[in-house]
Amino acid sequence: MTHTETASRPTPPRPNPHRTPLRRALAFVRNTWRGLTSMRTALVLLFLLALAALPGALLPQWDLNAEKTRSYITENGWWGQLLDRLQLFDVYSSVWFSAVYLLLMVSLIGCLVPRTGDYVRAMRAGPVRTPRNLSRLPHHVRTEVAAAPDDVVATARRRLRGWRVAERTEADGARTLSAERGYLRETGNLVFHFGMLGIVIAFAGGALYSYEGQVIVHADGQEFCNSGIFAYDSFNPGLRVDGTGLTPFCVRVDDFEPTYTDAGQPISYDADIRYQSGADLESGTWREHHLEVNEPLRTEGDRVYLLGHGYAPTFTVTWPDGESRTQTIQWRPTDQTTLLSQGATKFDPPGITDSEVRRDNQLAVTGLFAPTAALHGNILTSAFPNLTDPAAAVDVMRGDLGIDSGQPQSIFEIDQSMVDSGRLERVARENLRVGESVTLDDGTRVSFDGVRRWVSLQVSHDPTQGWMLGFAIAMFVGLGASLAVKRRRFWVRVTPAGDAGNDLRRSVVELGGLARTDQAGYGEEFSALARDVLDRTPRERKAP
Amino acid sequence: MPVNETLSQYSDWSYTTAVAVYVLAMIFFLVEQSFGRHGTVAAERTRTRQLVGAGAQAGSTVVGDGAEPPAAVRPARSRAERMGRTGLALTVLAAALHLAALVLRGLATSRVPWGNMYEYIMAITLFAVVTWIVMARKYPVRHLSAFVLLPVVILMFVGGTMLYAVAAPVQPALQSYWLVIHVVAAAVASGVFLIPGVASVLYLVRAAHDRDSGRFTRLAPKLPSADILDRIAYRTTVFAFPVFTFGVLCGAVWAEAAWGRFWGWDPKETVAFVSWVVYAAYLHSRATAGWRGTRAAAINVVGFVLTVFNLFFVNLVSVGLHSYAGVG
Ligand code: HEM
Repeated sequence: MTHTETASRPTPPRPNPHRTPLRRALAFVRNTWRGLTSMRTALVLLFLLALAALPGALLPQWDLNAEKTRSYITENGWWGQLLDRLQLFDVYSSVWFSAVYLLLMVSLIGCLVPRTGDYVRAMRAGPVRTPRNLSRLPHHVRTEVAAAPDDVVATARRRLRGWRVAERTEADGARTLSAERGYLRETGNLVFHFGMLGIVIAFAGGALYSYEGQVIVHADGQEFCNSGIFAYDSFNPGLRVDGTGLTPFCVRVDDFEPTYTDAGQPISYDADIRYQSGADLESGTWREHHLEVNEPLRTEGDRVYLLGHGYAPTFTVTWPDGESRTQTIQWRPTDQTTLLSQGATKFDPPGITDSEVRRDNQLAVTGLFAPTAALHGNILTSAFPNLTDPAAAVDVMRGDLGIDSGQPQSIFEIDQSMVDSGRLERVARENLRVGESVTLDDGTRVSFDGVRRWVSLQVSHDPTQGWMLGFAIAMFVGLGASLAVKRRRFWVRVTPAGDAGNDLRRSVVELGGLARTDQAGYGEEFSALARDVLDRTPRERKAP
Repeated sequence: MPVNETLSQYSDWSYTTAVAVYVLAMIFFLVEQSFGRHGTVAAERTRTRQLVGAGAQAGSTVVGDGAEPPAAVRPARSRAERMGRTGLALTVLAAALHLAALVLRGLATSRVPWGNMYEYIMAITLFAVVTWIVMARKYPVRHLSAFVLLPVVILMFVGGTMLYAVAAPVQPALQSYWLVIHVVAAAVASGVFLIPGVASVLYLVRAAHDRDSGRFTRLAPKLPSADILDRIAYRTTVFAFPVFTFGVLCGAVWAEAAWGRFWGWDPKETVAFVSWVVYAAYLHSRATAGWRGTRAAAINVVGFVLTVFNLFFVNLVSVGLHSYAGVG
């Protein structure tokens, strides 16, 4: 394949007065095509691809971490905005990345089509003729043996079992053998490059038809159904996914149990779930499954993963009139090692129809939750990620939560602008253990009743995944063959010895060898071949 | 999974001793390299070999691979040569201690010993040294060992001091047999890639000297021919590249099971992809007229720089799913 370069180098444009514009245009297209599919262009494109992919590792990316990207842009002012406009925070869907990617694909196809043709032709044609001058080859032996040409040829043929061999007789009566071996290298190389092409195409398919959704489910028997985008907390659809026609299935999380070392390092996360899919949805059957990290639930081609977990404290608000409301809302871990969590549990006062009044009396229990409380003075932190001694440091806020403003709100936070404008005020601050409560100035009581666990689940759907794996395996196997197999040639020319070339009991044997690719290593094999052919040939007994 | 403190302690001692012995071996190699005539002799020997050939019959020419030096030109063993042999023996000893440190870590924690950056660097450097020992037996390059041991010792020093992590179990996401397969493939590939990286740097020095004999006058004449360095780089890269490919593929399969997608342009994945493309470009460049030689060597060096970058930058600076370094 070392010859690719010379074969595909664009021919220099010759000024030709007879050329019509159409011809010139055709020549231009042909030259562009040749240029694009040459090895050198492929090399440059490979570099460009490497270069283009790199910013994605150095800069925060929107689809991996939107929050970090936003703060990066604000911190860097005009520079950040410029980078954003240049799509440097969106590298893998940027125009320039796609351009390099597509050019490389075209180059790959343009390179594969003719090579496949060459390959088929070479397989049909068999080993090439024996060169006139074998002594020019990198491996060469010339010697005289006491044996008839026929015997030498027969021995060589026997020794070259497993090689493709062609036997020819030359004009001057010399007998030659051309042998070649290692065709698998080219086969492997083609399989490798086609596998890569397949991966590129499957990858594009994945960008169109896959989706991923995350949802938090309480580990107390709460149920989640894959019925639409609305069921998720966040959802990343592929370009052709509109959220209708998701695979129907339901999952119910019965229990979640983490284990930790004494130092608080997690050892395992296990969730006991039940699920319904396919025909089970009709019959109402629930199947049990043990969900773990590294062990997703696979059903109907979709996968359900256990991504994270946290705590949902239960608070009860009892108004002076005796009405009460209880809520268990997930809080968000702010420290992954101790699971100190932060959140906002929001309450609407019951029985008030006047929206003005209602909005002045909404409540939110915000603050910190520690699964294992550690108090530094009055500051609550968490000493251990597991539930051993839960406590909450709460700020109770009263006023307008801004829920009715139409703006979407985070379930983990209160609207800070409401606090800033004075419409939401802190009316109590207290550290609470389970069972304790705090009473507000108007007699309303907020009690901390207990804690539940929640898990965050991810549902993934990607119809191209199986294809991807198939292509990847083909690619790897092809690569192995392409790098491990050595393509090599071996030639034998036997001429009867003697002045007139007619002494049939003595022969001049010339052997030549050429490794088509890497020369290293062929030396020993050639020497062994040469030795065997020369030594194993039965000798004629010398005439007395 | 309790951690066996005693074994962990032995592992640490073994590690420290290995570094010390590597440094000692380096001194021997430096003596051989700088004071001995061995460097020049070795370089001459390889040149002679091209002509003499092994086991050829009279009247014929067989050009060998250069694997075994012809007996006729082997010089009497000089003091420098003895230095070199001692250096290699010490390197083998240090590698044995190095292996012991790794195995003891594994026994202490009852898991594979590459669960954090300290252990990973320990594994990588071991694979690099073993590859080099194999190369030094195959090619006349033993006197260059210091160039390989220097990055190994630096890596081990950084690993053993700044990145040291107490023996402990790994977190749930790492408890998978893929930790064995994926990480060992990555470690073998990265370790072996150190050898072509060093050989390619030396190649660039040698080639610059061959073009203009005024450059690198002290170092270059002691290096073997550019051809040998190129061959070492190619052989080792051709071994490591499929292993690396396999590692990346296994990583994708594992990511599918652990993180919900097989590829997500996580920083580690991205840099692995980039260095994979660079090594593929290296292989291509050797089949492209005008790119063989110096350019190919430069590409290989870039590939190794990216491998090191992936090890340090991505684990320590950027935040991604691969942040298992176990430091800080
Ligand atoms: C998309 C990126 C590509 C990658 C990652 C890639 C990778 C590889 C690898 C690993 C080899 C084996 C090298 C060896 O046998 O020493 C190879 C060989 C080859 N590739 Fe590619 N390739 C790519 C694209 C292309 C394109 C676009 C072309 C055509 C223009 C091409 C043409 C070749 C040729 C001719 C060989 C044979 C070289 C030889 O046998 O040494 N490749 N490629």
